[in-house]
Amino acid sequence: MSDRILVGTRKGLFTLERGKGAAALWKIAQADFLGVQVPMLLPDRRDGWVYAAVGHGHFGSKFHRSKDRGKTWEESTVPAYPPKPDDVPETRDVNRGIVIPWSLELIWSLETGGADEPGAIWCGTAPGGLFRSDDRGATWRMIRSLWDEPLRKDWFGGGLDWPGIHSVCVDPRDSRHVTVGISCGGVWVTRDRGETWKVSSQGMYADYMPPEQKYTQHIQDPHRLVQCPAKPDAMWVQHHNGVFLSTDGAKSWQDVPAARPSVFGFAVAVHPQKPDTAWLVPAVKDEVRIPVDGKVVVARTRDGGKSFDVLRNGLPQEHAYDLTFRHCLDVDEGGDRLAFGSTTGSLWTTDNQGDNWSLVTAHLPPVFCVRFG
Amino acid sequence: MVRVTFTENIQRHCMCPPSSVTGDTVRQVLDQVFAGNERARGYVLDDQGGLRRHMIVFVNGEAVHDRTKLSDRVTDGAELYVMQALSGG
Repeated sequence: MSDRILVGTRKGLFTLERGKGAAALWKIAQADFLGVQVPMLLPDRRDGWVYAAVGHGHFGSKFHRSKDRGKTWEESTVPAYPPKPDDVPETRDVNRGIVIPWSLELIWSLETGGADEPGAIWCGTAPGGLFRSDDRGATWRMIRSLWDEPLRKDWFGGGLDWPGIHSVCVDPRDSRHVTVGISCGGVWVTRDRGETWKVSSQGMYADYMPPEQKYTQHIQDPHRLVQCPAKPDAMWVQHHNGVFLSTDGAKSWQDVPAARPSVFGFAVAVHPQKPDTAWLVPAVKDEVRIPVDGKVVVARTRDGGKSFDVLRNGLPQEHAYDLTFRHCLDVDEGGDRLAFGSTTGSLWTTDNQGDNWSLVTAHLPPVFCVRFG
Repeated sequence: MVRVTFTENIQRHCMCPPSSVTGDTVRQVLDQVFAGNERARGYVLDDQGGLRRHMIVFVNGEAVHDRTKLSDRVTDGAELYVMQALSGG
């Protein structure tokens, strides 16, 4: 089991370490970037480097990296949108009519390339640009094929003011095969390392859209997309109005109506070896977005979504308004230990797939990202 | 010469000492400053070269009008002050 958790928050990065022994506790071992937003983190298991997106409210997004597992940090190059050509018309949000900026607003996902691509990192951003580095973030190039995709004009903001790429899944069998999740832009797939793309949200539906657009693939709102490392054709999506499962590598998606106590939420995690086992952190839908009945629970399925256990041991069950954002639930490589963090700064862990949870702290700043490292 | 000073707030992340440079527009003045401190450019300007949303540049106490092209005129002896807005924190 992983004994290290990296937590990105509204006011800094906190590294937690677990002591040794059966009764060992998690403790905050290190605090970095205090006072500054840390929306995204990436511990690279291939070589031990760690990457952090840092969001200065005034001074913009920055990219930092560590070559010693997070002990020390250096600022590296941040992905930058290229200058907007004068002859390219502005893209306007299709629903609100406002201009979608041609500029980096937020780093919203960081994932490593394949095992055969040392130093390669994918970076998803708002307002919808995808970037790739082949040198551990020293330099970046924008994946223009996706940014120049004609259907991008129909993407719009979900959760943010602008569309954003929040999930990047690299197929462990073939590093050229990458699947990304976009709010609100659907699921997109490349099989040639980003040269060409195809939208792949067949089966998802958008209750929040007029009937004519309900099944339109490229305006779907997957909140979070995860892929089972051992069975990469199995992918789970926590969507704005439901949970979806694909067993054919995103070619098609099936609704998972059994998710309870609510089909709404932001985060989802899949067992690294068992594709039928997944976890959600549900909330009252849409316009309310608080735990159902003020009770924090985790929903777990072990049969591919046919049924769910509602897990609450160790979680607050009275007037608890913690919300778990899309990047705030993680499962370690063994599949038994999970951690999730909340908008109220709480962090919980489990060592038995969620049968029992322990509160690590309730006093962090609002949590944006949780990753075992 | 135009004197350029930066908010104390930015120094914690990126050292920006006061400097005196030449230039006829805010753009030219800032380009001169950033030529000697390239890292600071990204803390003040976005990737399109415009003023970041929550940054303000004052010229002799008046906020610049052209936040995109930074074409506001600057005269010899002017004082430029670069600071963060109250919003954005």
